[in-house]
Order: sequence, then structure tokens, then C-alpha cells
Amino acid sequence: MKLLYFAWVRERIGKPEEEIDPPANVRTVAELVAWLSGRGEEYAYAFENAKVIRAAIDRNHVKPDTQIAGAREIAFFPPMTGG
Amino acid sequence: MTVRIQREDFDVGAEIARLSAGRTDVGAVASFTGICRDDGIAAMTLEHYPGMAEAEIERHVEEARSRWPLIGVTVIHRHGRMVPGDNIVLVATASSHREAAFAAAEFLMDYLKTRAPFWKKEERAGSAGWIEARHADTAAAARWGGRKPEAAE
Repeated sequence: MKLLYFAWVRERIGKPEEEIDPPANVRTVAELVAWLSGRGEEYAYAFENAKVIRAAIDRNHVKPDTQIAGAREIAFFPPMTGG
Repeated sequence: MTVRIQREDFDVGAEIARLSAGRTDVGAVASFTGICRDDGIAAMTLEHYPGMAEAEIERHVEEARSRWPLIGVTVIHRHGRMVPGDNIVLVATASSHREAAFAAAEFLMDYLKTRAPFWKKEERAGSAGWIEARHADTAAAARWGGRKPEAAE
């Protein structure tokens, strides 16, 4: 699946997007955040305060307990500040 | 219904006029223009999530149309670098009566602030930083009785 990062999440991880293939035991958005956090200090830094991170699956806002099976595109970003 | 995400500026007067052009059933057009304000910043850059920004705003426009009898809605949100005085966002609503036009415009702005995927980064003398979300904006969106923004654990 494709991951997208925006704003300071993107800056901390150091890239705007990547393709990943998480192990089968990573089933939810929260589990994906935990798995990513273990991939390196840039990920740990980006997700250090995981409760402020927002997520979207296929361009819809989702909650941490949402299943990721079948997702084509998952995005992580800070709280939105548009308007 | 018009939703546009663009780098270019927009013409507020022309966009408002378009909502009632050539028709006589519009009795009220309400509009909100968000403008880059000089509170010590040199500029700001708006990042967005292409594809989702349009989709999310369109979902909110559909929600507004289900709540109020709207004849037309225009939402334009810019991205890229802006300096004080530049337009950022326009929400304009047309209806037969003012109550629906006012309420729908306010509803759309409240939801744009908290759910449309845009992020502002400010440039000040010698530094740059991401603007933090305001609790007041979340509270403003919550009063419409909709969904709250989700957060990861």
C-alpha cells in the first residue's frame, strides 16, 4: 500500500510518500502507527505524540481502530489548519 | 456547486456575481473571504492533500445542501505561498432567503477549518513553523452536531 505524509509529519519522516508492505499482524491504523514507529528514529519522532496524528484511508478520515485491509492509500498528518 | 483548489488568486466579486447571474430565484448570497493577515509574518505556505481536499470539501457541500435549501455554493481554497493581504479561501452560498445562506456559509467554514486537509506554515523573521490547530475551531465545528476529527491512539 501507499503511504502519504503531510506537513510536519512529512518533514520529520523526510519523504512525502512511500510504498510499504506491513506484516499480516498489522491490522489497524493504530497498529500501523506502532509498526512504523519501530522502523527508525525519524518515524519515532514523527509519531512520538501519536494521539495528535490524524489518518485518512483512501481520502476519508478514519479512526485509529479502523482496519487497513484493502486500503490503497493511507495518509498521516497533523490536525488541519486550513480555511 | 463549484469546488476549486488552486494556486492562483480568485476574483471575489466575480465569484459572488456568478451565483445569481441569469436567474431570479436567488434572494440571498452570503460570502466569507479568508485573507492572509499580517500579525508579524512575512508569508505563509499552505500545503494540501491533493484529491482528498476536493473530496472532503465536496462532502461538506453535500452535507450543507442536505441541511439547507441552497441554490448555489462556491468554495475556493488556495494552496502555495501567500503574503499578507492575499486571499486564501472563499465560501459563497446562494439561497432564496438569508437564513440558509448565512448558516450554510458558516457551517462550511467551520468544517473547512477542522476537516479539510490543509496545513499552514508561517514564515517569520529568520524562522518558519507550522501553525497549531486551535481548540476554538474544533469547538466551532462541534456545535453543528457533526462528526469530530478522528485522532490516532
